[in-house]
Amino acid sequence: MRVRRAGDAALLIETEAPHRLHAAVRELARPDVVDVVPGAGTVLVTTRPGTDLRYLGSLLGDLPLPEAYETGGEPLRVPVVYDGEDLDEVASITGLSSEEVIERHASGDYVVAYLGFAPGFGYLSGLDERLQVPRRDSPRTSVPSGSVAIAGPYGAIYPSSSPGGWRLLGRTTLKPWDPERDPPSLLRPGVRVRFDRVTR
Amino acid sequence: MIEVVRPGPLATVQDLGRAGYAHLGVPLSGAADRASLCLANRLIGNAEDAAGVELTFGNAALRFESAAWVAVTGAPLPLSPVTMNAPCHVPAGTVVEFGAPSAGVRTYVAVRGGVDVPAVLGSRSTDVLSGLGPPPLSAGDRLAVGRATGMITVDVAPGLEPEGEPVLRVAAGPRDDWFETLAPLAEAAYEVTTQSNRVGVRLDGPALKRRRGGELPSEGMVTGSLQVPPNGLPIIFLADHPTTGGYPVAAVLATGDIPRAAQLRPGQRVRFRFAAGGT
Repeated sequence: MRVRRAGDAALLIETEAPHRLHAAVRELARPDVVDVVPGAGTVLVTTRPGTDLRYLGSLLGDLPLPEAYETGGEPLRVPVVYDGEDLDEVASITGLSSEEVIERHASGDYVVAYLGFAPGFGYLSGLDERLQVPRRDSPRTSVPSGSVAIAGPYGAIYPSSSPGGWRLLGRTTLKPWDPERDPPSLLRPGVRVRFDRVTR
Repeated sequence: MIEVVRPGPLATVQDLGRAGYAHLGVPLSGAADRASLCLANRLIGNAEDAAGVELTFGNAALRFESAAWVAVTGAPLPLSPVTMNAPCHVPAGTVVEFGAPSAGVRTYVAVRGGVDVPAVLGSRSTDVLSGLGPPPLSAGDRLAVGRATGMITVDVAPGLEPEGEPVLRVAAGPRDDWFETLAPLAEAAYEVTTQSNRVGVRLDGPALKRRRGGELPSEGMVTGSLQVPPNGLPIIFLADHPTTGGYPVAAVLATGDIPRAAQLRPGQRVRFRFAAGGT
């Protein structure tokens, strides 16, 4: 792991296993750590002012990672109606039939790698390689909340209505994000996710 | 209750934001110039994290339906019938008028007891990027005031010193190795563009040249990051910045200089000076 400074109050740690390092840093429960933010290949650790970053950096740089994911229990099951607007386009890009696209997506075993872009927007790793297609050339101005989508190596569920360029495969009635709930997001780094095909 | 008679270009409720949720994609948000909100709260005996009103470019009016103690800090502006940077008592029915700031952008209004709107994820802040918290204030909105707890112990405090061309301290990193050199940052002044808001301050000036191509996989970013998109022109991220980003961060502002960055106005020039703390 390489530890980089991000200003006078944060460290950016490069790692092969961001959500495992994220879990390990949280486990420490250090009072000088304010937030732990996993990314695609990094974990950002923000600290209270005055924290000794040199010491913290050496501590975190040598941290043993837990073998299992943060939440090793049952995966979060997401019911999906596969009637997305981009289903046919994904089929034509990948050379699969729409039915095969749905089967491959619904049989995947996903893990929340990190969240970003918007509150509750989880980047789900584990997408079937055949389904890895680029984002749309022109993003939609509004994607409805609950849209189940893919782009690049990731899957996602739009937590709220927002602009977006990911390819829409379907929709779910599950509310992955609710600021009134604690925690507000069902998707958290390390949570496992399965998509279940439903008809309505 | 406080009635918003006139909100000006943008007025929002702000406290110190939503710390601890960045891993769920929730921006910290909170007062862009935290130092000024904290000062306003201290002046009237509030906890520093009490919610107040952040005015953007002033031109606002607030009516205090009940007698209240208020403090106004941040970007200095013509004000009646109270004064800047001091605890002021206003009788019931007082309308406080705010003119246009002579320097800076954001003025803070604290009321003894704090503005009491419903909290979302532990904060009353409006986040213009994610839409969390109360919507920006409109004429006719009424804001409840909380119960006072602390004592008023200060008469007046030194406020923001208007600066023509501020010099902000930066530390290189965490992705300075993506650029040929960061030297241009410290060599000439940058001009603040009109595309600046609570998310970030966009700058025009010497472009930073990339040493390497390709895309940076998304990673967490701190407030005060100088993120550099492919055009080479840095953006200083403020309170409502997204929690992760896909462009390299060349340098990060000293935490103590973020409030001054939050007061930069379009057309103004700013300089950077390298301080210790890089990679």
